[in-house]
Amino acid sequence: MAEVALIDVSKSYGTVEAVHGLSLSIADGEFLVLLGPTGAGKTTTLRLIAGLERPDRGNVVIQGRVVTDEVPAERDVAFVFQQYSLYPHLTVYDNLAFPLRSPARRVDEKVIRRRVQQVSELLHIEQKLGNRATALSGGEMQRVAIGRALVREPAVYLMDEPLSSLDAKLRAELRLELKRIQRELGTTILYVTHDQIEAMTMADRIGVMHEGALIQLGTPREIYERPNSAYVASRLGTPAINLIPAELLGSDKVPPQVRTVGLRTEHIRISSADRPGPLARVHWVEHLGDQNHVHLKLATHSLVTLADPAQPLKAGDQVSLEFAEPLYFDQAGNRIGTDGVGGRA
Amino acid sequence: MAEIKVETVAKTFGTFAAVKGVTFTVDHGSFFVILGPSGCGKTTTLRMIAGLELPTSGRILLDGEDVTALRASARDIAFVFQLFALYPHMNVRQNIGFPLRCQNYPRAEIRQSVEETARLLKIDHLLERRVGGLSGGDRQRVALGRAIVRRPKAFLMDEPLGALDSEFRRLMCGELRELHDRIDATTVYITHDQLEAMAMADRIVIMNQGRVEQIGTPQEIYDRPRTMFVADFIGAPPMSFLGVQTALRRGDRNIRIDGVPVEMPEVFEDRAEGMFALGVRPENVSFADASQLRGRVIGAEYLGTTQIVTVVTANGQVKARLPSGKAVRVGETVGLTLRPDRLSLFDATSGQALLSTLYEGGYRG
Repeated sequence: MAEVALIDVSKSYGTVEAVHGLSLSIADGEFLVLLGPTGAGKTTTLRLIAGLERPDRGNVVIQGRVVTDEVPAERDVAFVFQQYSLYPHLTVYDNLAFPLRSPARRVDEKVIRRRVQQVSELLHIEQKLGNRATALSGGEMQRVAIGRALVREPAVYLMDEPLSSLDAKLRAELRLELKRIQRELGTTILYVTHDQIEAMTMADRIGVMHEGALIQLGTPREIYERPNSAYVASRLGTPAINLIPAELLGSDKVPPQVRTVGLRTEHIRISSADRPGPLARVHWVEHLGDQNHVHLKLATHSLVTLADPAQPLKAGDQVSLEFAEPLYFDQAGNRIGTDGVGGRA
Repeated sequence: MAEIKVETVAKTFGTFAAVKGVTFTVDHGSFFVILGPSGCGKTTTLRMIAGLELPTSGRILLDGEDVTALRASARDIAFVFQLFALYPHMNVRQNIGFPLRCQNYPRAEIRQSVEETARLLKIDHLLERRVGGLSGGDRQRVALGRAIVRRPKAFLMDEPLGALDSEFRRLMCGELRELHDRIDATTVYITHDQLEAMAMADRIVIMNQGRVEQIGTPQEIYDRPRTMFVADFIGAPPMSFLGVQTALRRGDRNIRIDGVPVEMPEVFEDRAEGMFALGVRPENVSFADASQLRGRVIGAEYLGTTQIVTVVTANGQVKARLPSGKAVRVGETVGLTLRPDRLSLFDATSGQALLSTLYEGGYRG
């Protein structure tokens, strides 16, 4: 049974429609990530589920119960915000215990001690329980903030870019930990981010949002390999997918309605210039450490692809390109495929 | 254009040593990035170059002139903090021209400099627009324009892109670097984001706890990290380390890991028995059934084109970057091969890399 469901929900602020006719259901124990740029309606969606906003239209259902008219405290959700807000005068232990000591809950201190101990071990902060919250590093503080949500056992955790204020290294570590914890506890998480790596590595399913609407919903692999539109295709992948006009490939090479061809690294084969195929010139090779990007000029268009370590290329080289099973898009930007466009929400 | 020399500069705040004797030279016209985790002393170092902090000891030279004790305003350096700080009640022209107006430049000269700068940034069509209605990218270009309009000797930038979302940051990285090349400026740029550093820098200095860990081109730092700290800080995911208890002799080309000989670059040092760490980048690890070096797969992270597979061995965890088409099962035992010419060897106690053919520039490519 779905843990959380949104049924045709809309929400406007003045003349701006932040969320438009959104339907979405999150399964029990699922890690669902909403991905989209600033202003896509991700945070509004979370706030609607939490009860911090009231929808203009539609319903919110949690564990089979319509909660649209309930206040946040009645909804059995836990919210983790982007900026960790800990109580600076309290110890880590007391910060973690705080949600359980709420007068509305009346949890026994013995139970509290057990929960705090469990959660602190899970988050690897059990050595820090006696510390003041202010005596922690940024990563530890964010772990305490996540821990404060975990001590409760709500129907769903709502997380709004909880890792974005951390530096890259910590973010990578906490990404793995959060996924591990979610798997171990079987918790249901709805997680909002604009970071495609977070979405790809943590999500069971990704929902791609754009201008208040859910454009595609599917597993990371589905979204990456079978995007339903050029927009979704451009949200995932580093370097970003190359979208080039179909004329460039020659009209006999592509199906009739195709206007745009999407090329990722795995669709592009580079060989020496004497091989058949369109000719391109290596514009430059960008060394980013583990990711070296080759910038190619194909007629007037630029293509960026991952460098193959076994194929050294340098600026000025002439190469021949071959395209293997690229993605095709029509005039409106929808994908044309033989496999049927799966996963439309 | 300017050359900046930082000579054994230190800074203490009370009992806390923020910067402990840092030395580096920023060449004329180069894009120099100071990279390190929060609290490593990078901002303090930049503030001393700007003249916003006085060093406790050491010297700072700008084009050969000792400016250590000069005030910020006497240094002819532009400091760019967050690029978004614009004056909302002024239009684009007034925002860009503001630093010149403050210094009482003649009107005609201000007009000319502002228009030149706007052309450089490709925002000359926006000059009469209010900044409030501009897109994020254009606002940032205006803020940059304000920094470059006086053509100072050097630009200092403190995480100017930190507040942007990742895609936009990538775009601005490219623009900043192009702008730097067009105006031939000397730039010192701080960030904790290694991709930004890799994408823009001519040279990078990596700082840790107030000290310099390594200075070099992005590729040098990535391929030949001098310390385990650098090896671990650079790369996403970072370098993996296999711990080995052994002795080493000059000329060794193999090291035994869990009893299995593993080929590596020739070592140039004699070392007594101790703990060492063999370092390998994820793209230099592959799976080979025949290999005696075994491990168990504990996780795979799907990244689209590639996947990162984590393997536990008797000597530590190894991460491998493999094509995502390769089927990998969690729990299965696999054989690993490590690309021999790309391996680093560290003294696990001091964290320092041992000299080898790789570290002596003996490798090509």
